[in-house]
Amino acid sequence: MTTQLGRWEHFDHQADVGVRGIGPTLDAAFEQVALALTAVVTDPARVRPIQAVEIECEASRVSLLLVNWLNRLVYEMATRHMLFGRFEVHVSPPDLGGTLSLYARAWGEPVDPERHQPAVEVKGATYSELEVAKNPAGHWVVQCVVDV
Amino acid sequence: MDTTRLMQKSEFEWWLEATPPMRVPGILYASEALLREMDDKVLEQMANVASLPGIVQAVYAMPDAHWGYGFPIGGVAAFREDDGVVSAGGVGFDISCGVRTLHTGLTVEDLAPLKADLAQGLFRHVPAGVGSVGKIHLEPDELDAMLQGGAEWAVKRGYGRREDLERIEEHGRMEGARPEMVSEQAKRRQADEMGTLGSGNHYLEVQQVTEVYDPSVADAFGVAVGDVLVSIHSGSRGLGHQVATDYGRRMIEAAHRYGLELADLELACAPIQSEEGQAYLGAMRAAINCALANRQILTHLAREAFAYLLPRADLRLIYDVSHNTAKLETHLVNGQPQRLYVHRKGATRALGPGHPDLPDAFRAVGQPVLIGGTMGTASYILVGTPESEARSFSSSCHGAGRAMSRHQALKQWRGRELVKQLGERGVIVRSPSPRGVAEEAPGAYKDVTAVVDAAHAAGLSRKVARLEPLICIKG
Repeated sequence: MTTQLGRWEHFDHQADVGVRGIGPTLDAAFEQVALALTAVVTDPARVRPIQAVEIECEASRVSLLLVNWLNRLVYEMATRHMLFGRFEVHVSPPDLGGTLSLYARAWGEPVDPERHQPAVEVKGATYSELEVAKNPAGHWVVQCVVDV
Repeated sequence: MDTTRLMQKSEFEWWLEATPPMRVPGILYASEALLREMDDKVLEQMANVASLPGIVQAVYAMPDAHWGYGFPIGGVAAFREDDGVVSAGGVGFDISCGVRTLHTGLTVEDLAPLKADLAQGLFRHVPAGVGSVGKIHLEPDELDAMLQGGAEWAVKRGYGRREDLERIEEHGRMEGARPEMVSEQAKRRQADEMGTLGSGNHYLEVQQVTEVYDPSVADAFGVAVGDVLVSIHSGSRGLGHQVATDYGRRMIEAAHRYGLELADLELACAPIQSEEGQAYLGAMRAAINCALANRQILTHLAREAFAYLLPRADLRLIYDVSHNTAKLETHLVNGQPQRLYVHRKGATRALGPGHPDLPDAFRAVGQPVLIGGTMGTASYILVGTPESEARSFSSSCHGAGRAMSRHQALKQWRGRELVKQLGERGVIVRSPSPRGVAEEAPGAYKDVTAVVDAAHAAGLSRKVARLEPLICIKG
């Protein structure tokens, strides 16, 4: 599951699914993990980027920002009945109070059960197996388990 | 699981000794075979829960326990009202997810000629699967009334019958709900989701009773071999998931203010007697009402589908149980009654005979304990025992529990083939998602019979009847 700016994968969890994004920058890793989230529901390649949604969130720690980001996507998917297949993320460094903020755009389309064959809805992102770190190659690896 | 870390007290009871910082021991109820299949992380999570302030007696794992978030799924823990904690992670994402079972008044012979039509009728009439939308859209005032009223609200609005309410825990309405503590986002997530089944392991099944183990209790529950039942497994939908997300975050942020060192962020909790603790309890109770209202509406939809094809059918609610809750209950601790917040995460309350909260119909025999299986195996009805009060704060198992991840299941099965194979065995499966069916393959779950046998042998609840699926509507 490779794109130009990194890759995503799932990792096993007995009851649920782990989502992981890997990228040369933190922004890229956050974009990749969002694709991994979509892939829990459907094949991201089947989602046409015809409508954009803007998302902003913040947190006191980068790991918590990851959970907030995924939970915002879960919320947007649920309330707009949409799936997203393309993402552009920008994480701002901490402000004076130590708060990190994220600004993103997500492109997608309304769920079409015939074409998307959605497998399962995601209830929320969890703090289980939550990690934000650099791997030995210097790439960012961000991950957590999502409840389905 | 490495069983050498445990002390075996009897064939189905194993103890994890309380070593600091654990305040109480861990007690697992399971056969050795089931324990061997359990992940070691269950023990780690039990030890973490046993270290939380205000916990009493022990942390318990039911026979279907598996590695969850913070708390094990299939876990039970009770905290003192005055100095204990309440944990959003200890309740879980799908607040008040549960099962209800109805008697249809029909036998297998009555159903046979119309089975395929009924499968189609239910599939078309009950919204299921990702992105499905209910016909009911609630305005803000009405949504708040639903969050206060639960199944009682649903009945007042014409979804079901008054007599349904006495067959639901809390008589269909959880007291102490505070809709104002539920975020606008959580409410918005619910706007289109009332009366939807959901996806994943949620289902609506038409089942036949294939075996009765305890005829006198089965008689009190009104079930006999050959009877056709309907079981609905669903929860509090988007609203409950968002309440769990919102308060998990809030409890993590507040933890340091209360001097709570979290071994795992998923153990996010707050003192019961704190602003955060009380706000969560109010929101969680509102989410319980949302789940009760949702299962009540789903029942109404099932009744409509039956009435159209089988006008003779009369769907009477046997009982409705919730799995993911924290409830204020009185239990005996060292011989003294204490008010405790009992967290059951993936566990069923299982009240024994004579309990004052039981409806008159079950007062003499105990509470029906409804255990959902998978679409290809079986479900069970059990009954609460007098012993479970001392063994597990009157709690029992809740289902089979997964044995295999979704990813592994997808590698092993194809949805369309599974539907065909089950069809050949007489189980009609209808689902909008073949991939969803593959991920929920019966083989991806533990053997529900082994789980139920262990719960029975450990005295957590007693077997009454076995149910096998005829029709399964999957989300």
